[in-house]
Amino acid sequence: MRILAGGTDLVPWLRDDLITPDLVVDIKRLPGLGDLDVVDGALRIGALVTFADLVASPLIAKFLPMLGEAAGTVGSVGIRHRATLVGNICSAVPSCDSGPPLLVHEAMVHVIGSEGGRVVPIREWFLGPKQTVLDRGELVAHVTVPIPPVPRGAAFVRLSRYAGEDLAQASVAVLSLPEGEWRVAFGALAPTPVRAPAVEAALSGRQANDGAIADALRLVPDAIAPITDMRASKEYRMAMAGVMLRRALHLAETRRAGAGPAYGTAVM
Amino acid sequence: MRITITVNGVDHSVDVRGPESLLHVLREEMALPGSKNACEQGECGSCSVVLDGDVVCSCLVMAVDANGSTVRTVEGYADHDVLHPVQTALLDGGGVQCGFCTPGFVVAAAELFDVNPTPTSDEIREALAGNVCRCTGYGAILRGLEELAARNAGGGA
Ligand code: FES
Ligand code: FES
Repeated sequence: MRILAGGTDLVPWLRDDLITPDLVVDIKRLPGLGDLDVVDGALRIGALVTFADLVASPLIAKFLPMLGEAAGTVGSVGIRHRATLVGNICSAVPSCDSGPPLLVHEAMVHVIGSEGGRVVPIREWFLGPKQTVLDRGELVAHVTVPIPPVPRGAAFVRLSRYAGEDLAQASVAVLSLPEGEWRVAFGALAPTPVRAPAVEAALSGRQANDGAIADALRLVPDAIAPITDMRASKEYRMAMAGVMLRRALHLAETRRAGAGPAYGTAVM
Repeated sequence: MRITITVNGVDHSVDVRGPESLLHVLREEMALPGSKNACEQGECGSCSVVLDGDVVCSCLVMAVDANGSTVRTVEGYADHDVLHPVQTALLDGGGVQCGFCTPGFVVAAAELFDVNPTPTSDEIREALAGNVCRCTGYGAILRGLEELAARNAGGGA
């Protein structure tokens, strides 16, 4: 069984027989899945919320601008009108652009099924390429993303072969929080989007100066496991991961200070 | 399953059997071959149509999913011999060579210009970022549309 929302992955996968579900269930007319609102200090993003909705949302711009920055890099206008954030994490391709931002924001995935509901931390969500902990008969109702404390600064940096709808060759999300807390996650650089706790520890309590960045970059090779595919070689990905992390750290820090380029400005 | 879709103001009812796409039924069942099939993967934009007000890749929409919807295809932009301004701009600017990508560019650009008649170059590029052209190198397409935006601005917009 597969759930159909935007269908931007599901429809071509079905056509190419990459998946052969016995049942496809369209959830677009179920009530309550289109919510995009604030509940208990977190943004609640329903299963039907598209990337175009996220790009246009004043709530996202105010509380989670880096998620909006990432949403704006997904596909093209025609894809963003259909593709949903929840669908993106359910398709769970290694390059999924919502993965790194949701990881650094420590989002929760709210699953419902015939046995009731469960809430899965995003960190436990991805099992491998196109694999998640979602079981047959379950669906994701929404994702909640805690609004981080201020002052905060963040950056999503994405590399692709051209500025159209290409999938990411690599991506980095950085979140800078009060008391010197740093959170870092990578996309398209491992079988799933990954947090990088060792990199975060090296940065903890420090400014993003040359010394701190050098210490962080030394730990990147152990934090990721890139492969060679049609989009990039493993060596190129490895090299670019460091370049991108450096830029993302600078960007997050300047934004935290209320300066720097607006969210959504491409830096690659 | 019998589905009905309003395309360019006309109701079309067709039978669909499985997950065939909106693009497929437009072209093969509704005699509207303007929308092109180049990749069927959402990569090229040649199948772009407007579905209930939003530009989408019709190759990524199941026809059953569009049941009851309103669709505008490239056939819905010219009023007989009177072209939509973006069609004129593409023709005058030399933005059409083999023409295979053109329906997608027309739909994507028309939706941009109908909302924002004076887009910046960056806004034009962003709106067309999902459309691939193998012939023009994009320069003529972009210049034609930039000139249209400039004319609209000069016209007291
Ligand atoms: S045919 Fe639909 S995007 Fe290429
Ligand atoms: S004119 Fe030939 S593909 Fe664009």
